Amino acid sequence: MADGNTEIPELKDALDIPCLKHGAMEGLEPYIASPDHQEALGFPGELVPDWKEKVLEKMAETAKKNRAFQVYLDTCVKCGACTDKCHFFLGTGDPKNMPVARQDLLRSVYRRYFTFAGKYFPWLVGARDLTEDVLHEWYSYYHQCSQCRRCSVFCPYGIDTAEITMAARDILASVGIGQKYSNEILGKVNKIGNNLGLPEKALRNTLEDLEEDIEDETGVSVRIPLDEKGADILLITPSADFFAEPHIDGLIGYAKVFHEAGVSWTVSSYASEAANFGMFIGSYENMREVSLRIRKAAQDLGVKRIVFGECGHAWRVAYSFLNTLAGPFDFLDQNYPVPQHILEFTWDEIQKGTLNLDKSKNDHIRLTYHDSCNVARGTRMGDTPGGQFEIPRNVIKSVCNYYFDMDRDTTHESTLCCGGGGGLLTDDLMDLRVKGAAPRMTAMQQVTEDHGVTHLAAICAICKSQFSKVLPKYGYDMEAILSVHQLVSNAIILKGQETDDDEDLPATAEA
Amino acid sequence: MLSTLYALLFYAATAFLVIGVGMKIRKYAKAPAPLKIPITPAPTTRGGVVWRMFLEVSVFQSLFKSNKWIWLFGYLFHVGLALVLLRHFRYFTDPVWFWVEWVQPFGVYASFAMVLGLLGLWARRFLLERMRYISNPSDHLMLALLLAIGFSGMFMKFVSKTDIIAVKVFFTGLMRFQINELPSDPILLTHLGLVAILMIIFPISKLIHAPGMFFSPSRNQVDNPREKRHLAPWAAELEK
Repeated sequence: MADGNTEIPELKDALDIPCLKHGAMEGLEPYIASPDHQEALGFPGELVPDWKEKVLEKMAETAKKNRAFQVYLDTCVKCGACTDKCHFFLGTGDPKNMPVARQDLLRSVYRRYFTFAGKYFPWLVGARDLTEDVLHEWYSYYHQCSQCRRCSVFCPYGIDTAEITMAARDILASVGIGQKYSNEILGKVNKIGNNLGLPEKALRNTLEDLEEDIEDETGVSVRIPLDEKGADILLITPSADFFAEPHIDGLIGYAKVFHEAGVSWTVSSYASEAANFGMFIGSYENMREVSLRIRKAAQDLGVKRIVFGECGHAWRVAYSFLNTLAGPFDFLDQNYPVPQHILEFTWDEIQKGTLNLDKSKNDHIRLTYHDSCNVARGTRMGDTPGGQFEIPRNVIKSVCNYYFDMDRDTTHESTLCCGGGGGLLTDDLMDLRVKGAAPRMTAMQQVTEDHGVTHLAAICAICKSQFSKVLPKYGYDMEAILSVHQLVSNAIILKGQETDDDEDLPATAEA
Repeated sequence: MLSTLYALLFYAATAFLVIGVGMKIRKYAKAPAPLKIPITPAPTTRGGVVWRMFLEVSVFQSLFKSNKWIWLFGYLFHVGLALVLLRHFRYFTDPVWFWVEWVQPFGVYASFAMVLGLLGLWARRFLLERMRYISNPSDHLMLALLLAIGFSGMFMKFVSKTDIIAVKVFFTGLMRFQINELPSDPILLTHLGLVAILMIIFPISKLIHAPGMFFSPSRNQVDNPREKRHLAPWAAELEK
């Protein structure tokens, strides 16, 4: 399963349905969390001796605490509507990556122990005993789901495989089988404040370096304040924005927008992370812990508003869950949405005319836009339904002359996952990530053929990292992935900025 | 003897159906949805949600988006079944309600739509590799059961008529706790026996999707988490 051996799926069309390849992805498992990483999150260090009873207890508890789990396990009629909707199925052909089949891995056990038919006629309803092999099958295939929820859009009952995946991962972690990647990262957030484990001092140095870079490039002093009490806005952004490409160019974009808007803002070192991997592991308690850091940072710094940077699942947790997990936010200025997305902020400023934008600065780019799954299907921006699609496109079209949408069946609520979401952005799953990206990459190749598209923009830290890895496998430059605010950054002419048209554009090529 | 047996069977089946579905609904209603998880396109008002659910139930909106064949066969079957069921009200009402009268001619032909839809759905389970993979014996049996009910009913309508007046006397009698004579037509007895089985398994099988879909949080929630704080009772405990 090494990186180099992955066979790149060739699809005739982005949504081309493969023949079943039984067992194609069997046994693929991300590294299991060490006892330290497990225990730090309140889970047992290794598989508990009475795991069987514990799994069944946890299933019963989940059914009581989460209506979705119960209803989704009961109501599926096996109509097959979801079978061709998962990018991991399209990319791998493994039948267990069909959403209904993925759910059935758990549903079969639920039926065996919790339903009349499964208790007395297991063969009739596909019920099966819980064994250690079943646990490993769960671990494998529930880590081949990126919780993107595309299947749920197409299900006649809205059955959301992500809910089942989250529950399964939570059940597994609660008996000692957690995922190393997610749990290790959660440990860092809880201890240090961000997924990278970047301490306050390092963060301060990084931000100061960035300020210098902006000044060198534009001649204007643009600040990226850290832990500034009394600032109006607290920016919560994925920590990848502090160091990774093209994320960091997005952060520069936010800073320029804030600068031009003339607002006071700050980053917090205590809550220097927008991502919330508590969602990936399906743990309400862990998700709440991470969210409470944001509340505390906002209170300690005395800010009036919270704005989130570009990050897909983070925006879902922020938009849909933050008020639940860490609210009420009655201490913030109620004239603004709590929380607000950076794109909502930027679009407001563009409409107000605060930003001096020169679209031609992006003329070397022929762009398409990837609707990040969590933003597309689990959140909103602005006041009206669909704002999460319109606002990013409005901003892009304000800063970019050449914009082309991909096939409508692969955008908006039908968008395809990048292949790296939901806690899968780890090297041990690279084979899966490359294959899972095939449908999205194929849709992009189509707009490249039709419109000469060269670049892909995204508003999610995971999408950006994932695409910079997989784009080269599909014939693109790794720098073909851009942050939306990087495009904004390119186009903004700051007040007092020396413009020299002969100079090379601050383009991606420099990255 | 036979009449008594069928009378008891239908009392039991009705009890199973009503109590079973009631218990399931209670369970779904009691379990909280801890988080806001409406799926796009998510309405921002309660009225919007009602409209969304109406479209899901009346025209199978999401299924239409998903797969035109499943939609076609599924819709034929469900609409056919609905009309046939409405038509059957005339065996339980005296005088027959005006709209039940009105629906009679449609109900007769709806049975063709119903079995056609079922045959289409069943064919998919055999012909398509993906459908074969996800089908359990119960999925096939459910279609067989519904088809047998449909065919036996159609047989009595179009081929060999049963004494429908007597059937009506039997069922209206049951509703007043009297057991009248049920004709011993084997096709009728088969039809009724299968219907009783369907009623009994309704709450403990995938048929529970009918009431269950109204409890699907991804479809029945209002998209307003920033405006209104949503908190499950057990989650509120964590804040103490």
